[in-house]
Amino acid sequence: MLVTPALAGVTLIFAAPSFADSKLPPAELAYTQLPDPAQEAKAKALMDTLRCLVCQGQSIADSDADMAGDMRALVRQRIAAGERPGDVRTWLVQRYGDYVTYDPPFSWVTAPLWLAPLVLLGLGVLIARRNFAKRRS
Amino acid sequence: MRRVLLWAPLVLFALVFALVASGLLRPADRTVHSAMVGKPLPALALPALLPGKPGIASAELKGKPRLLNVFASWCIPCIAEAPQLMKLKQAGVEIDAIAIRDTPEAVQAFLASNGDPYARIGDDKASRAQLALGSSGVPETFVIDAAGRIAYQHIGDVRADDVPMLLAQLEKAK
Repeated sequence: MLVTPALAGVTLIFAAPSFADSKLPPAELAYTQLPDPAQEAKAKALMDTLRCLVCQGQSIADSDADMAGDMRALVRQRIAAGERPGDVRTWLVQRYGDYVTYDPPFSWVTAPLWLAPLVLLGLGVLIARRNFAKRRS
Repeated sequence: MRRVLLWAPLVLFALVFALVASGLLRPADRTVHSAMVGKPLPALALPALLPGKPGIASAELKGKPRLLNVFASWCIPCIAEAPQLMKLKQAGVEIDAIAIRDTPEAVQAFLASNGDPYARIGDDKASRAQLALGSSGVPETFVIDAAGRIAYQHIGDVRADDVPMLLAQLEKAK
C-alpha cells in the first residue's frame, strides 16, 4: 500500500498517544505567564536552562510533559514570590544534581567543557602566528 | 616524525572506534537519581487524598524504617508493582504513598483492583512533593530510615526480585 504523507498525517491525527499521562488539568502557572513582564522574563530565561526530567533532551520551556508543566509552575511561583532565579536553580540542583541544569557549574567534570574553547583559541592563535611569520620571511 | 604521522589516522580511527564501541556495549545510564539520598526527608505537608486515610507530614515519618512510594493511578508500571508492595506490607513494612496528579475516585478504583498496601496517602496535585524529593517519575520507592532520612531510592516498578533487596535496605535503615 502506498502511504502518502497526507494519509500518514490523517492517521497520526487519530492515533492515541500510548504513554500514560495524568488526566488532571495542567498546573495553574504551567501555561500561564506571570502578570509582571519583568518577572516572566526572568522565569522564562531560567526555564530555558532547566532540563525536563522525563523528556531529557528538552528544556522545561519546550516540553509538554506533565512534569515539565509542574516544573514551570514551580519556577513561576517562586519567581513571583520574589526568589532569585539562581536560588530556584540551586534548589533544583540540590534535588536532581547538576544534570537538571543546561548551564553546568564549573567543576572538575565540566572543566574540559569550559576550558576546551580557550585552549583551542590559544592553539589557533599560535598556528596563525607561525604561518604569518613564515610568509613574511 | 613522518613515520609517526603516517600512523596518526589509524590511531585516531582506533580511538573513535573504541569510543563508539564502548558507548554501544555500555550505554550511559539515563536515569536521574535523586540527590536527596542520605539527606533528611524534606518538609512535606500533603493533605489526605482519601477519607479515612491520613495525608503525609514529614514529622510523622520517623521512629522506624518505612517505604515512601511515589505512585499514580494513571501509571501502568504502578499496577505491575502492586503485588510486590502487598507482599512487603504482609512482611510488616509500613508503606506510605504520594499520589501524583491524581483524583480520589481514580485512586479508589486503583486500590480496589490492585490492593491497598498504604498506611497514608498524600495528595500531590502539582508534583510539588515529587520535585522536593528529587523524584523524576512514577513509580519510585524511597526507603526512609528510623531518623527520618532518605536512605535509598528505587527507580521504576518494584519487581519480585527487588523485594529481598528492599527488605535488606529497610533492615539497614533501623
